[in-house]
Amino acid sequence: MSINTVEPQTPGFVAAVSAAAGAFFGLFVGTAQGSGLLGIVIGAVLLGTMGFVFAGMAEREKALRWIIFAVFLVAGFALGGLSVALVGGLFGWFAGWFIFWLATSRYRAPLAPYLTPGQVLWHYTFRVIAGAIFVFLITPILVVMPLSFNAQDFFTFTPEMLRFDPAGYSLKHYEDFFNNPDWQQALWNSLKIAPMATLLSVGFGTLAAIGLSQPHVPFRRAIMAILISPMIVPLIISAAGMYFFYSRIGLQGTYFGVVLAHAALGIPFVIITVTATLVGFDRSLTRAAANMGAGPVTTFFRVQMPLILPGVISGGLFAFITSFDEVVVVLFVGSAGQKTLPWQMFTGLREQISPTILAVATILVVISIMLLTTVEMLRRRSERLRGMSPS
Amino acid sequence: MADTTQNGPVLAADGTPLKRSLSRALRMQKTRALMLVAPLLLFVLITFLLPIADMLFRSVENNIVSDTLPKTVVALREWDPASGEAPGEEVYAALAADLQVAEENKTHTRVGTRLNYENPGISSLFRKAGRRVSKWDIETDGPFKEQFLDMDKDWGKVEIWQTIQTYSPTMTNGYFLNSVDLMKGADGVEVRPENERIYITLFIRTFIMSLVITCACIVLGYPVAWLLANLPTRSANMLMILVLLPFWTSLLVRTSAWKVMLQQQGVINETLVWLGLVADDARLVMINNQFGTIVAMTHILLPFMILPMYSVMQTINPSYLRAAKSLGATNWTAFWRVYFPNSVPGIGAGSILVFILAIGYYITPELVGGTKGVFISNRIAFHISTSLNWGLAAALGTILLAVVLLLYWTYDKIVGIDNVKLG
Repeated sequence: MSINTVEPQTPGFVAAVSAAAGAFFGLFVGTAQGSGLLGIVIGAVLLGTMGFVFAGMAEREKALRWIIFAVFLVAGFALGGLSVALVGGLFGWFAGWFIFWLATSRYRAPLAPYLTPGQVLWHYTFRVIAGAIFVFLITPILVVMPLSFNAQDFFTFTPEMLRFDPAGYSLKHYEDFFNNPDWQQALWNSLKIAPMATLLSVGFGTLAAIGLSQPHVPFRRAIMAILISPMIVPLIISAAGMYFFYSRIGLQGTYFGVVLAHAALGIPFVIITVTATLVGFDRSLTRAAANMGAGPVTTFFRVQMPLILPGVISGGLFAFITSFDEVVVVLFVGSAGQKTLPWQMFTGLREQISPTILAVATILVVISIMLLTTVEMLRRRSERLRGMSPS
Repeated sequence: MADTTQNGPVLAADGTPLKRSLSRALRMQKTRALMLVAPLLLFVLITFLLPIADMLFRSVENNIVSDTLPKTVVALREWDPASGEAPGEEVYAALAADLQVAEENKTHTRVGTRLNYENPGISSLFRKAGRRVSKWDIETDGPFKEQFLDMDKDWGKVEIWQTIQTYSPTMTNGYFLNSVDLMKGADGVEVRPENERIYITLFIRTFIMSLVITCACIVLGYPVAWLLANLPTRSANMLMILVLLPFWTSLLVRTSAWKVMLQQQGVINETLVWLGLVADDARLVMINNQFGTIVAMTHILLPFMILPMYSVMQTINPSYLRAAKSLGATNWTAFWRVYFPNSVPGIGAGSILVFILAIGYYITPELVGGTKGVFISNRIAFHISTSLNWGLAAALGTILLAVVLLLYWTYDKIVGIDNVKLG
């Protein structure tokens, strides 16, 4: 450890790197104000000077960072009100953190001591690239949420919203969702279809998963391939086939038909999660139960079921969200009487009617966050139950 | 000890030979396992496999002509289109009789619609003829050839009769020929005219765009998976939530989010205009074209790439890289020659999965694809719900299904279907 010479950096180095960062931000602010070049110069000079001056004052870091933060906050407010103050504050916080992060060589501490400067630079460049990809993954969801509170019927941020003017925000799209009979009917239909489909796929799926994880199953691979296929076959093909076949047997356009179709689509998820849980299941437990006189049914409900329950519940949640999100099959197999929430959204998006869709989307995102949390907690519990370390 | 070394088979407690007893126990185990799986298999068979089979059947089924015009089909058998002349009176008489029955059952327009797919214009011929024929008396009003020709001289055309003759068998490969831009002409199979060829282009476009999406997912997914696999467990779990959240979010929510972001008055364009990178009157067109479809679908399918890559990269020992570097490899050599080959199984698994899912996508291309960014699935949906040419939809679906099943089989061989993980 003593090799690791993490020493404070020279003011020159801090100034140069800070100036580069300043130039980068200055480019954006500058182009927005009309002159990119001027922005680069101002940003570089500003941050470079700050870096040079503060690099030697690392012992008073906390106070200095608060001061930088406050100065940028106030400057932002003076220039353009609340929203610019927020940007300024964020930038000030970043500038303070960045300068002292460089000056005290904290950036070097978690890395192996033998890395060359080039390798250190690449390490952090890579982090920034990966960070950008995470932003790509999450932004669309984050953009939808604030837009759903838009007071206007636009799909974009209005100037009032950017100024944090309360008049720019409203709950009217949520109001519309809860008062519009079309949306309410769709929500109600979704809530009628999804639980029934989930019940069917969990019931059949759990039984089959238990059967499949017995030690000797003939044609195991083929059966598995068939049971997983509803997940792999393109939805439009399943939808087409079901449309043709269900109209032959009179199920097309009925509640029961949609439930059956959705149950079939949910089965692969139940099979995958429950068999994954059963992999770690200790078979001697059932033998021990049988040894002490429990019948197969008692053994199942008193010994096996409690242990695999987390897997069954997450499989059920997967099946539920599959049915709750499904739009292609219901579009073909269902009729106007089975119009579900995704169907209503699909029509709305195609015809560009109202931002109520964004309110619905936000509600759905909140639901999926809740489901994701539940599944994650169940997974950890299941791993604890089976004596595996939770990861 | 002495008992077990005796001659003869080893016996179980109840006196039967142990071997038989064991095999019976094994048989019972197998039966029990199958009994547990049976209800679900039956359920999937009825709700899923039979519908698919029905679709496959519809792609070759062609009962309508022979069911509606039975006498005409028999009479036409003798006629040779190569003669260059319209068939004789007996065929017209048979047609009149058939049409009269069909008119009563209101099925003559369906034949017309069916034949219209192959030879545009027939539909109206049949509609007109049905109306006229219903007033005739089949027994006394003959001969009919003249009357048909009076009604519309097209009834004397060889091509019309040839189409009826070509599509009179109960099975046809016509839909499949149609779905690869071929058709049945006078002398066997021929290529459709230039302006009617769309499906080959559409298949190629679907294929290429799925490839582009898969590549984009590899490029974006690889760094993320690497980071997740190499961070301490706690921070990796936190970041994993950012990957799983889009995975759990409704497909329509994500598609609508992209619609909001990409449109001309959308968030990205507004930001670019505010930054001055794009002029206000030259906003980028990023939606209703191939770009929109590719961006939105890459985002939607990215978790399916990251998760398999991550589970493979977790098993790669980080000391391999250190060993390579200590032996003098540069960063790049160590990565390219040591780490990357170890991570190829993850890339393969993710790529096949993403490609399979991409090639059959319907919703996202429909909403953000415009006309240039649609996939073959959208055409299938169009034929089912708008043009009502179900046979062609079934044939297109069958081709798509064959491609997907081939990929599914490859996936099963390479990765194993048991290894699919969710979250």
